[in-house]
Order: sequence, then structure tokens, then C-alpha cells
Amino acid sequence: MTTATTHEGDHHDHGPATGLMRWVTTTNHKDIGTLYLWLSFIMLLTGGAMAMVIRAELFQPGLQLVEPQFFNSMTTMHGLIMVFGAIMPAFVGLANWLIPMMIGAPDMALPRMNNWSFWILPFAFTMLASTLFMEGGGPAFGWTFYAPLSTTFAPDSTDFFIFAVHMMGISSVMGAINVIATILNMRAPGMTLMKMPLFVWTWLITAYLLIAVMPVLAGAVTMMLTDRHFGTSFFDAAGGGDPVMFQHVFWFFGHPEVYIMILPAFGIISAIIPTFARKPLFGYSSMVYASASIAILSFMVWAHHMFTVGMPVAGELYFMYATVMISVPTGVKIFNWVTTMWRGSMTFETPMLFAIGFVVMFTIGGFSGLMLGVAPVDTQYHDTYFVVAHFHYVLVTGALYSIIAAFYYWVPKWTGHMYDETLGKIHFWWSTIAVNVLFFPQHFLGLAGMPRRIPDYSVQFSEFNMISSLGGFAFGLAQVFFLYIVIKTIKGGEKATDIVWEGATGLEFEQLASPAPYHSFNTAPEIK
Amino acid sequence: MSEQKTEQSADKKSITSKKLFKLVMIPVFMFGFGFALVPLYDVFCNVTGLNGKTGRVEAAMVDQREVDVSRTIKVKFLANTGTGLPWQFKPVVTEMEVHPGQIYEAMYQVSSSADKVTVGQAVPSVSPTEASLHFNKTECFCFSQQELAANETRDMPLRFVINHKIPKEIAEVTLSYTFFNIEKSM
Repeated sequence: MTTATTHEGDHHDHGPATGLMRWVTTTNHKDIGTLYLWLSFIMLLTGGAMAMVIRAELFQPGLQLVEPQFFNSMTTMHGLIMVFGAIMPAFVGLANWLIPMMIGAPDMALPRMNNWSFWILPFAFTMLASTLFMEGGGPAFGWTFYAPLSTTFAPDSTDFFIFAVHMMGISSVMGAINVIATILNMRAPGMTLMKMPLFVWTWLITAYLLIAVMPVLAGAVTMMLTDRHFGTSFFDAAGGGDPVMFQHVFWFFGHPEVYIMILPAFGIISAIIPTFARKPLFGYSSMVYASASIAILSFMVWAHHMFTVGMPVAGELYFMYATVMISVPTGVKIFNWVTTMWRGSMTFETPMLFAIGFVVMFTIGGFSGLMLGVAPVDTQYHDTYFVVAHFHYVLVTGALYSIIAAFYYWVPKWTGHMYDETLGKIHFWWSTIAVNVLFFPQHFLGLAGMPRRIPDYSVQFSEFNMISSLGGFAFGLAQVFFLYIVIKTIKGGEKATDIVWEGATGLEFEQLASPAPYHSFNTAPEIK
Repeated sequence: MSEQKTEQSADKKSITSKKLFKLVMIPVFMFGFGFALVPLYDVFCNVTGLNGKTGRVEAAMVDQREVDVSRTIKVKFLANTGTGLPWQFKPVVTEMEVHPGQIYEAMYQVSSSADKVTVGQAVPSVSPTEASLHFNKTECFCFSQQELAANETRDMPLRFVINHKIPKEIAEVTLSYTFFNIEKSM
């Protein structure tokens, strides 16, 4: 089946509708995937613009550009938008585009719910962003919205934030249910679980994490809401509640959330590296088991985010050991990727560059994570720029790099056009140099004691902050350049072959034309 | 052929909707679990003594024969007032030397500088947390809300006993009270 189009050409077959209503009413997994990816790009640029405000204010010590309150809402909104608006929807978009093609299904299992789960999001984010223009300003308590800062002392706009989080949660849960139903029910005959591409596997595990923890987040914000308006005292010591409990509930959601944002990335990297190393992935089943054990462990380590709340030593020891234990399955993955590349016939097209960049820089983020996981030293690192550097290494050069790599890897399949390889390489080197100039000095700032979430700082931090800001501006500009590459690739370019990459494997490359037809696999493909 | 196909897809549909129902139950359950964390947290704190919450016992239950005169523990008293409560709150005696097993009385004083009736609730906390399991009160102003008239000053007693099972290494216990304004939640 090399000529690929699985269209049967019968009267049921139709292309996309035209005009705006195509996008509003669509139930096609490829359309919805595209919508998700565009939303996440818009959110990336929005959250990125906020990051530029933050870095501009921190360019020099002293207060230059914005009020401290506004600065705090910038850090808060930047975090919320990047986590819930950029990274998560991008992975859902990739899941929509790829999972049906990878498992030989005609579409997602629940196409109408799919449409709904996307269209909730623009409203949720409009509501969230609108708080910036309200009296009292937007949420300014950090993306972790610890009580009582987010209950007793929060601006009125917090209620809009709460409902926005509810809506995002509902959207994520629906998206996750759809992914699980698709993977478990819609696989082509012969596509056994252990034959599934790792991206499908990691998304299956991610989806279970999502339906398990997003409702807990919904519970936490609901408690906040009733504390604020209905006289309950979940987090209010005066009424017998406990603000520390907020942190427990939040991080019970928050830590699995961290893996929600990185497991699909593991799947992407596991697809790209074998292609460009021209070797099958080393240790497929160990990758599956490692992903599953990371997911299970993620429920048992949450309190390492709160070592400084005053925990007994036994608690600190337990959470420290459990946390450090996660590096074992993660190490399995890193070593498997390196072993896959070992003695492969490697070429370095843009997706491979981003994938290798991921492996190297995600590992740096993993190491700083290990340092933070050690309770006695965390007392010093807690809430400093060291933490900021750590989670930006795992989320920007980790999750975001994998998303960019996925774009370059699959965009020829989506649009039928090859991207411009020279521009892609420029994008990679520009981003990679900039991102390290941006985040690496923040390690030093944190170790020297600069606290996070502050608009002003002591003068001894000036040089590193200036370097970091310069890197930030360069990195921001690189992503605008990426937008240009994306548009250029959609509009035209060298025609992609069906297999796209010499070493590519998987149903989407082997059995579908480029661009992938609007409806694919109306009859199930043959799985070898 | 086409009949068979619709049958198949109908079959597939019912499998999908069964799966859908099961999957929807997980988030519903987890939403409830989020709230269940609240009582679970309280139970966990009570059992382990985390959180510094102190216990309450009836005076008659305290066996005065178990007084351990060989040990002396220093108890320090702290007082704080939360925001929005115009009260001055302080311990009359800031520290005491006590023997485990014996009931002692300490006194706190609170005076209001408000020009109207104000209501507060005191919330205790004991440090180190290992001591809180063994720090019990037979009588405390924190057992009920305190209502102060305008400019009223009041002495408030506190009767406590430290259980003789308190770990050997603890030589000093700090008891802290914070008065919170609870008019808003009333």
C-alpha cells in the first residue's frame, strides 16, 4: 500500500466544508488538531509577551517599567497561560492529529466531544486574560495560587480565574477521555498494545493522569471559591481550616501535572530519534514500563514542593527518597535514547536537532531537579531563581522543544510541504543559544539567593539578570521567526514524499499520502 | 455488506459508550476525592500530631498519680493577633517549668481597643510537633469563641497537662495562640 490514499471514493466521502463554520462545527480529528495547535501557538506568543515584560523589568535593578502588582500578575498569568494554554493544548493537538493515524483509526472515538473540548478553551482563556483589565488587576498570587493569598487577600477578579480553571479542567478531562477511548477501542486489527508507537503509549498514560488529577484541581479551586464567598474555612485557620492543606491539595494535582506536560514529549522524542538514527528504538518495552512507573510515582512525591512548610523529618526523608527514585525510570529513558543513537547512521535534520537538544537540556533540568529533591539543600534553593531555572529547562527545552521537534517532524505529513531546512536549522541554533543565555545564569542567581516572583532585586544580581534578559529577548524573537516558518510551510514548499523521512516508520508515514487525506483509514490498515 | 457494517459500527458504539461511562466515573470520583482529602488530612494530622493541633481531655480523666517529678519541661507561651482584629493579646506569664502528668494553670490577657463588640476565635499550635500529641488541655479559652465588648479587658485561663509519655528528648515546648477575627464568617 504505497499509493496510500485509503479513500474509497464512495458517496459518503467528502472534503472539509468551507468558510469559518468549517472550524466551528468540525468533528474531524485533523481540523481539531490544527485548531489546538494554533491556539497553543497564540498562547505561546501571549505568554511569551508577558515573559518579555518580566525580563524587561528585571533587566536592571529598581522599578522601571511596571508596578509591582502588575509584575506579579505577569508572572502569574505567564505561568498559567504557558502551562494550561501553550504546552497542554499543543500536546492535545498533536494527539488529535497523530493518534488516529498512528493506530489506524478513521477518527477519534468521540468526535463531537472533541469539538466541544476544544471550543471551551478560547472562552476560558479570554475570561482569564480579561482579568488583567479589571479593577484591582488580574490574579497576582503566582500560578500556584497558594491560600490565603488567593482567598483572603486576592483581587475580585480571582473568581474569573477560578471559573477559567474549571473550564480548562473540563476541557482537559474531555480531551483525555477521548484519547483513552480512541486508543482502547479504535485500534486497527493487529495493532496490539505493545505494538503501539510510544507517542500513543505515553499519551494513554498521560490521559489517565489527566482524568485523575484535573478534578482534584477543580476541587481545590472550588474550595477557594466557597472560602471566598460562602463562609467555608477549608484554608482559613480562623475557622479551623489550614492553609498548608491547600498546598497539599494543589501539589497532589501539581506533581502529576508536571508529568502530564512531559510524558507526551517522551513519546515524540522516542519517535524522532529512531528515524534519524535509522535504527529501531532501543528498549521499547522498558520505555513503556518506565513511563508507567513515572506516572505511578508521580502521585507519591507531591510534598517535595513544600519541604519548607515545616514537615517532620520522617516526611522529608520519605518525600526525598521517593522523589529521587523517579530519576531511575527517567534515566532508563535517557539511556535508551542515547543507545538508540549509538552507532546509528545519524543525520541532523531540524527535528533531530531539536530532539537531541531535548535530550541534553532536559537532562540538565533533570539534574537540577535532583538537587531540588534533596530536602536539606532544598531549604536553600526553595523559591529562588534556581527553581525557575530548573523548571524552565524541563518545560522550555523539554516540553516546548519536543513540540517544536514534533512540528518539524510531522508538518510535511500534515501539509504535504517540506519546511525550509536552512530556516529550521537557524531556528534551532538561534533558540538553543538564546535559551541557554536566558536560563543558565538563573541557576547562579538562585544559588546566590535571588528570590523568584519579585520585580526588584539587590544590585549584586545585576549582571546575570541583564544577560538573562538579553537571552530572553533573543529567544522571544526566535519564536516569532518560528511563526514565519510555520506560515511559510503551510503556504508552500518543496513537495514532501509519502514516507517523508528515509528512516521513518509507523502507519502515518508508511500507509498515508502526504498531505494526509482529510479522512484516513476508513478501512483498517494491515498491521505487519 | 453495508448492513453488516452498520451492525458492526453500532456494536462499536455501545462498546464506546460503556467505556465512556466508566471513564467519566473516574473524574467524578476524583473530584470527590479532592474534597475527601480535607477530612483525611485532619485525621492524618490528629494521628501524627502534625500541624501542632493540641488535644483536649476531661480533668477527671487525668491520672494525677502519674506525675513524673523527675522531669521538668519548660513551656513557653506566645500570643498573636490576626489581621482585622483590634485586640491586644498577651500571656500573663511567658514561661513555666512543669512536670509531666500534673495539671497547671496559665493565664492569657486580651483587651479590645474597638469601639464595638468584636468576636474572635483563638487557634492553638504547639511546637515541636512531636509534643502536640502529648499536650492536652482540660480548659481553654480556645474551646469557644470570645466576645469582647468595646474596650473590654479580660483574663482568660488555660489549664493544661503534658502527658508523661512525651518523648524524652523534648525539654521545651512552645504553645502559641493566634486570635482570628471571625465576624466575617458568622
